[in-house]
Amino acid sequence: MSLVKPLALVTGASRGIGAAIAEKLASHGFHVLINYVSNEAKAIEVVNTIIAAGGSAEPLRFDVTSEAEIATAFEFISKKTQTTGAALEVLVNNAGISEDGLILRLKKESLDRTLQTNLVSAILTCKEAARLMMKNRKGSIIQISSVVGEMGNAGQVAYSAAKAGMIGLTKSLAKELASRHIRVNAVTPGYIQTDMTNALNETQKTAIIEGIPLGYLGEGQDVANLVAFLALPESRYITGQVIGINGGLYI
Amino acid sequence: MSTNTEERVRSIICDQLAVEPEKVKAASSFIEDLGADSLDIVELVMTMEEEFDMDIPDEEAEKMKTVGDVINYINAKSSANH
Repeated sequence: MSLVKPLALVTGASRGIGAAIAEKLASHGFHVLINYVSNEAKAIEVVNTIIAAGGSAEPLRFDVTSEAEIATAFEFISKKTQTTGAALEVLVNNAGISEDGLILRLKKESLDRTLQTNLVSAILTCKEAARLMMKNRKGSIIQISSVVGEMGNAGQVAYSAAKAGMIGLTKSLAKELASRHIRVNAVTPGYIQTDMTNALNETQKTAIIEGIPLGYLGEGQDVANLVAFLALPESRYITGQVIGINGGLYI
Repeated sequence: MSTNTEERVRSIICDQLAVEPEKVKAASSFIEDLGADSLDIVELVMTMEEEFDMDIPDEEAEKMKTVGDVINYINAKSSANH
């Protein structure tokens, strides 16, 4: 039994679903790297919460839309694995933004930003993580996609295209890396209570809840439980899968 | 220099592909003789790049079919740099 905690990197972990995932993974014995780009105070808060609960974590700032910053961050992770002997076992691609609007009003800059932050970033971090995980012949990569990547949503052309793209990434990469015992899966949350959904007004929320068979919004914790399962050896025979977590919204 | 390169290349190949040193001959083909798959070859190229501190372009890597090809490439590239 090794005393060194394996590493888990969660992108966009300073709040919302990412923070819930980071806390859950820490409770399962991972040393969690809390990626953030702008909100350092929030990231440190997540780290402190984890440490107070007896876990281990540290903040790691990099902009997921910058290939150079991703490379620097992974150099840091690679050095850390060499000095501590801990392997990077888990990558959770959670960082994302949503800029909604009908296609007729869609600006190219907004489209680029949405694809870069949600999809291109995930591909680039997978590339770096694959390098490290291949050496260890072990790893679990989890993409936080979205139910709208499966069912579509008016006003979210760019966002749903990016989230559907993560599903293609998941399936191809699962095939590429399976022989190295690296699993790649996607989860597709429905409506989860976060800053993103808190921005909706009551009428919108009521309309949404009417479409959910279970009749309520999910919580970050619900997604975190699923992600933790996919990160752990209990799910060793699951790869290339897209697992919905949406209260029955999309069946 | 060249013997040293040869030894280092052979040792990386034995390590990475988990094959016996006596099977790693200059004429050994990675795929046919040493049982490598495409991912093994990419990994091998990445390790060579790190070990010898050089960039091996994809189009060059694709041409390397045997152990001897790799040794020759690295020798040629190292001597060109010195």
